[in-house]
Amino acid sequence: MKTQDLLKSNVLKHGAIWAFIVAELTFFTVAGSFLSTSDKSFMDFDNMLLLLKQSAPIGIIALGMTIIMINGNIDLSVGATFALAAVVMLDSMTWPFMVAMGDWAIPFSWLFALLTGIVLGAVNGLIVWKTGVDAFIVTLGSMLGFRGLVFMYNGENPTSNLNWTLVDFAEAQFLGIHTPTWFLLITALILWLLMSRTVHGRNAYAIGNNREAAVNAGIKVGPHFMWNFMLIGFLAALSAVVFYSESGSVNPNDGMLYELWAITAVVLGGTKLTGGYGSIISTLGGVIAIQLLRKGLGHIGADTETVNLVIGLILIAVLFLDRQMNRKSKGGLKI
Amino acid sequence: MTDAQPVLRLEGIVKTFPGVRALDGVAFTVMPGEVHALMGENGAGKSTLMKVLGGIHAPDEGQIYIAEEPVVMTSPLQAKARGVVFIHQELSLADELSVAENIFLGELPRKAFAQVDWAKLYAETDAILQRLNVGFNARTRVGDLSIANQQMVEIARALTVDPRAVIFDEPTASLTDAEKVVLFEVIEDLKSRDVGIIYISHRMEEIFKITDRISVLRDGQYRGTLNTVDTNEDEVTQLMIGRSLDLSRNASHHALGEVALEVRGLSCGTLYSDVSFEVRRGEVLGFYGLVGAGRTEIAETIFGLRDPSAGQILLDGQEVRISSPIDAIAHGISLVPEDRKAQGLVLGMNCRDNMTLPQVGDLTAGPFVSEGAEISIFDQYRDKLDIRTPGWRQTVGNLSGGNQQKIVIGKWLSMRPKVLIVDEPTRGIDVGSKAEIHNLIRELAAQGYAVIVISSEMPEVLHVSDRIVAMFGGRVMRQFTSDEVTEDSLIQAISGIAAPQVA
Repeated sequence: MKTQDLLKSNVLKHGAIWAFIVAELTFFTVAGSFLSTSDKSFMDFDNMLLLLKQSAPIGIIALGMTIIMINGNIDLSVGATFALAAVVMLDSMTWPFMVAMGDWAIPFSWLFALLTGIVLGAVNGLIVWKTGVDAFIVTLGSMLGFRGLVFMYNGENPTSNLNWTLVDFAEAQFLGIHTPTWFLLITALILWLLMSRTVHGRNAYAIGNNREAAVNAGIKVGPHFMWNFMLIGFLAALSAVVFYSESGSVNPNDGMLYELWAITAVVLGGTKLTGGYGSIISTLGGVIAIQLLRKGLGHIGADTETVNLVIGLILIAVLFLDRQMNRKSKGGLKI
Repeated sequence: MTDAQPVLRLEGIVKTFPGVRALDGVAFTVMPGEVHALMGENGAGKSTLMKVLGGIHAPDEGQIYIAEEPVVMTSPLQAKARGVVFIHQELSLADELSVAENIFLGELPRKAFAQVDWAKLYAETDAILQRLNVGFNARTRVGDLSIANQQMVEIARALTVDPRAVIFDEPTASLTDAEKVVLFEVIEDLKSRDVGIIYISHRMEEIFKITDRISVLRDGQYRGTLNTVDTNEDEVTQLMIGRSLDLSRNASHHALGEVALEVRGLSCGTLYSDVSFEVRRGEVLGFYGLVGAGRTEIAETIFGLRDPSAGQILLDGQEVRISSPIDAIAHGISLVPEDRKAQGLVLGMNCRDNMTLPQVGDLTAGPFVSEGAEISIFDQYRDKLDIRTPGWRQTVGNLSGGNQQKIVIGKWLSMRPKVLIVDEPTRGIDVGSKAEIHNLIRELAAQGYAVIVISSEMPEVLHVSDRIVAMFGGRVMRQFTSDEVTEDSLIQAISGIAAPQVA
């Protein structure tokens, strides 16, 4: 392949998800003008800002999941980590010494939540590193285990603590953009730099693509996995911090299926399940595409059940198309 | 075979891929009872031709005849139904299933209600296995077999139909000499049953031993067919690469330096024991032996991938402890592994990133990798090793075997190692690139590197080494200097005929 062809195929690969987003926008704008019950147009600026804000919780997790999947691993425990971090954050603000601090309790509650996420991630990472058991199995186990911890904390009851300073912060708009959106965008920027510019990012791709060759090149694979699991634990907790600062109440079942939504967004963005290939920016695209679908289908009057059905079909269709395109260019095997 | 009609005839086959004319009017005839070698460098079009024959690619032009009957092949299954079967280089067996199930996969004998007729299955399988004279039976789990025996299963699979033509693609790539003998017997047997055989291999020795005719492809074009008895290696090589190849002995003419690496009494469980040798700066030390003699395992121990059970490793006279590749790299030991694609390269990454992988941690500016530093290293070694690639962005998986190997070698050279271990330097590499890799190894020694070369090809070991360590069954049998070694003495040493010689 010539350099030009390489560039062309890269544009095609990374551009596909954004082209899909443009197609969605066009479709819902046109369809909305006939079908929508609201008199607002779909492409309304405030509506788009809100869409970004709503995609933040799963988006932040999906960004971390991208790194895990580039590594050739997967983390099914993020939804449970998200819930447990939220419980810790909200509950810690009711502890006597925290109450005594007034609003100074806020940064501490965040710190506790984020530490919870890091520790849970470290548990996953340590098990994957030291036992060599597949990450799918390990995190399937920890998904159940961490969720168990959530229920042990407060039974079936929700954990609530509404702090108005916190709500004000979470609902604030800086330069017109909501706080959760800032968190999403800044996280994306940092992780993009991490994956595209740093040694850690380079090693992540190498390990995911060929673990044996990475070992032979002197890369410490086990610790590398551990760092990434701690990172995604941190991000799941960050996502909880951003979301529950506003809502102030967490149910023990919150965050269920988040792992699957995150994986859906990552895969839609073109990251390979087998590892070694993927991009943070494309995952951001995947996250936005899913949220657009949800909102757009709602806009033209579809109910929630239909939305899930359509998203499922589109996911399969997109991956089928991707496979077709790759097969043509590489002459892969028929099955 | 004079009057018989050909079992297989290809006429004017043309196949183009975007930008490449992979096959350009290839004609080729296989007679019954003949072993017909198909030779050519990597990229000459052999694989494409076989894919056309197997119905995986449709030819743009040309016609395939089976027993003089024009056919259009659409799938390997259809080819098999017409009596054309393939024995692939890469085995495609289900490890968890039995030998019988693998052999009849997709066409298991049935009883009523879609039940498998196990009795018939095992009986038919054992009948075929008997013909092959193998030491396992129909019920053996395939995963428990050696690679050579797995290959026998592939061959057995071909015998379930009465084949007209059997195509062997590099069948001896992973076989030991003893196992090769069995394979050649099978081929003789097929020959005596008037089966036409296409034999694809890079190994001249075998080609001249078992084939009747040799057809050569170069750059997708048919270069001619020679009768094996009327030709020689030089003529074939010239047809393949358009020039002849020098494989003479090649002792050092430069002075050797200090001892760089010394190994004393190294043992590793049952894999090998009491191995001692030394290699000096400027020297190429060859390791020769059969597959399983323990050569690769020694290299892996020195590189920190295995822990030795006894013995010492000394670098520049100092004992060192190497418990991981990280330690080995820090001590200036590099390993170009046996299986370049599985162990040496990150195939999905570009050339530059592969080359700088072990040292990218040191090529940083602030928190980020310095692309400039990486590109300058890549450019330097691309020029030094003459790596042919359109640019550093090229994905390594798209390069030819020879260029891939140069990327692996460049990766380690750029770390300025003390000791470079190269395991099977030219496995799966075409003849032209082989010579380049050999010259490169000689040059590196001349520049003062201590080089260890592990090879299963005698001409290669004889060609590149200053001294040769002969191994058998995990033990060093003898060490030769390039002046005293002869092919006979080397073969004796590695086949366990001669007793170990105390150095």
